[in-house]
Amino acid sequence: MGSNSDRKPFNNKTIEWIDQRLPIFTMLDKEYGKFPTPRNFNYFWNFGAIAMFMLVTMIVTGITLAMHYTPHANYAFDSVERIMRDVNFGWLIRYIHMNGASFFFIAVYIHIFRGMYYGSFKQPRELLWILGVTIFLLMMATAFMGYVLPWGQMSFWGATVITNLFSAVPIVGPGIVEWMWGGFAVDNATLNRFFSLHFVLPFVIAAVVFLHVWALHVTGSNNPTGLDVKGPQDTLPFNPYYTIKDLFGLIVFVAVYAMFIFFMPNALGHPDNYIPANPLVTPPHIVPEWYFLTFYAILRSIFFDFNPIMLAGFGGIGYYVAKVVWDKNRTDYFSTRNLIILGVSGFLTLVGFVGAFFPQLHIPLTNMVIIEAKLGGVLAMFGAVGLLFVLPWCDTHPVRSARYRPLYKAALLFFVAIVLLLGYVGAMPAEGIWPWIGLAATGYYMAFFLVILPILSKHEKALPLPASIAQAVLDEQAAKAAKLAKKGA
Amino acid sequence: MTDQNSSSPPPSAHDENEPTRRDFLFLTAAGMAAVSVGSIAWPFIDQWNPAKDTLALSSTEVDVASLQEGQAITVMWRGKPVFIRHRTQKEIDEAKAVDVTALRDKQTDDERVKKPQWLVMVGVCTHLGCIPLGQKTGEVKGDYDGWFCPCHGSHYDSSGRIRKGPAPKNLEVPQYTFVSDTLIRIG
Repeated sequence: MGSNSDRKPFNNKTIEWIDQRLPIFTMLDKEYGKFPTPRNFNYFWNFGAIAMFMLVTMIVTGITLAMHYTPHANYAFDSVERIMRDVNFGWLIRYIHMNGASFFFIAVYIHIFRGMYYGSFKQPRELLWILGVTIFLLMMATAFMGYVLPWGQMSFWGATVITNLFSAVPIVGPGIVEWMWGGFAVDNATLNRFFSLHFVLPFVIAAVVFLHVWALHVTGSNNPTGLDVKGPQDTLPFNPYYTIKDLFGLIVFVAVYAMFIFFMPNALGHPDNYIPANPLVTPPHIVPEWYFLTFYAILRSIFFDFNPIMLAGFGGIGYYVAKVVWDKNRTDYFSTRNLIILGVSGFLTLVGFVGAFFPQLHIPLTNMVIIEAKLGGVLAMFGAVGLLFVLPWCDTHPVRSARYRPLYKAALLFFVAIVLLLGYVGAMPAEGIWPWIGLAATGYYMAFFLVILPILSKHEKALPLPASIAQAVLDEQAAKAAKLAKKGA
Repeated sequence: MTDQNSSSPPPSAHDENEPTRRDFLFLTAAGMAAVSVGSIAWPFIDQWNPAKDTLALSSTEVDVASLQEGQAITVMWRGKPVFIRHRTQKEIDEAKAVDVTALRDKQTDDERVKKPQWLVMVGVCTHLGCIPLGQKTGEVKGDYDGWFCPCHGSHYDSSGRIRKGPAPKNLEVPQYTFVSDTLIRIG
């Protein structure tokens, strides 16, 4: 007796023959046909399917490009130009792939925002969220290595800057960097292995996407109210309701994508990457692709060494956050003892900073370097991604959706503004006021996860929740009707 | 039946705390498996390290006879640019006058040169590996009359020491020897 006993037979003989032997149609019908899905999805819920479409697009165009590309430092640039000029429709396939990276990230960033706004990361979907952040991390690695392949100036210098990040690791750093390069600088060995990894990582992503979707189908989808599904009145079968809605959203998305491919294919890229890589000349202004700018700005926001005084100050603030802010039962934020902790650590931080920026004052201990600026920047950047992983434990408020949490909504929208601001700072040269703006914005980024969310989890009073998803839909319709009636009258 | 019973071993009076033959076999097998995995993993890790032909390109000779005071050249060594600068007296004096205790990476100028007029160093910013500007006349030389890295704004002085910006270390001085007065072997 196999695991295929409680199967309903299909009418079509061929389908039934296959399904008896491998119940793939039963599975599809269960997971994508009848699959009960909340009835109140808005268009934000399109972006998972859109991201899936982009992954497939990238794999198909990528494999095609690999049939014409040469992963050698002497030939890579020319082989890409040959794809653009000589290979039949090579220009089209490359532009689909090149802009596809941008549009994949657009879809994924909106998808992540959706998850944060409607609390999709919360219990019981924490693992689903973590798998999603893992996909995001793998995408970043894949996109970075793909950008190196055309072997233009930005490819070469982007690869140099990013691989050099690892030299910040104490003691073993320089060894790790030479290991990654396969030499003493970014060179042919580096290009060759990046090509290999760029080819294989998308399939790893596909595997994690499979787990991500599997986890989604175990818990079921979240929805704009954040309420749990209470019965059949709250759901619709996935097909045809959401197959069609996803398809419609996808068509709109692809229309915009096609506009870029055909009318402004290089708008999102950097012209310097059409100059062949030259190890002797650094472009005056190295910028990563737009989708990395926020993290690049965080990397550059730590432009000072951490001295012991500063670290003591941070340690005190960290102690306060861990003991007082994160403790669910404590509200004595401003008790005398805690004010003293905050005051002393704030003062130490200030002294540490003054000593770091005015070495001529010779403040004791401030010329001692505990964490170099470079390591600090790297830690901040990886920390920024790392915080996404632990989001479900930063925000433990029982209400999921920002619809019913005005304070969370404000803090989150401001967070989005800060992420965009960081993106802008990342594109600016590291001079004048920009590093300072970057530092302040990085501060909010970190504080959002470590301070604001835990405090809101403890104190925010949510608005009254609707009784159910169905009730929320009915209320919305009633409100709309009332509005129309008022207009008519 | 009786024959069979007499030939089989007596029922084991096994002490719970005593390791059995099975435990021993399990542990040795697991140990061997760990060693095997490790020894087969190492070749796959080590193959990323610089290959022998890469390592073989490790020294280069440069003739600096034609280099006038105040001029600089850039040569390639192990895939990296090396800056060779014929320093002016002004640059040497500036480099020597610096208060070393106030520096991030505390090195005197003497520790960084073999002959004061010749400054030889790897032209790779110690922050994230860009090539600093300042080799050619007319390029930005930063606030300290040396080099300026355009990527993240590190300023190096006329001895190649980090003075301002995110780079943690002074520009690296490679191993080099003066084969003759004007012939330098790097590496």
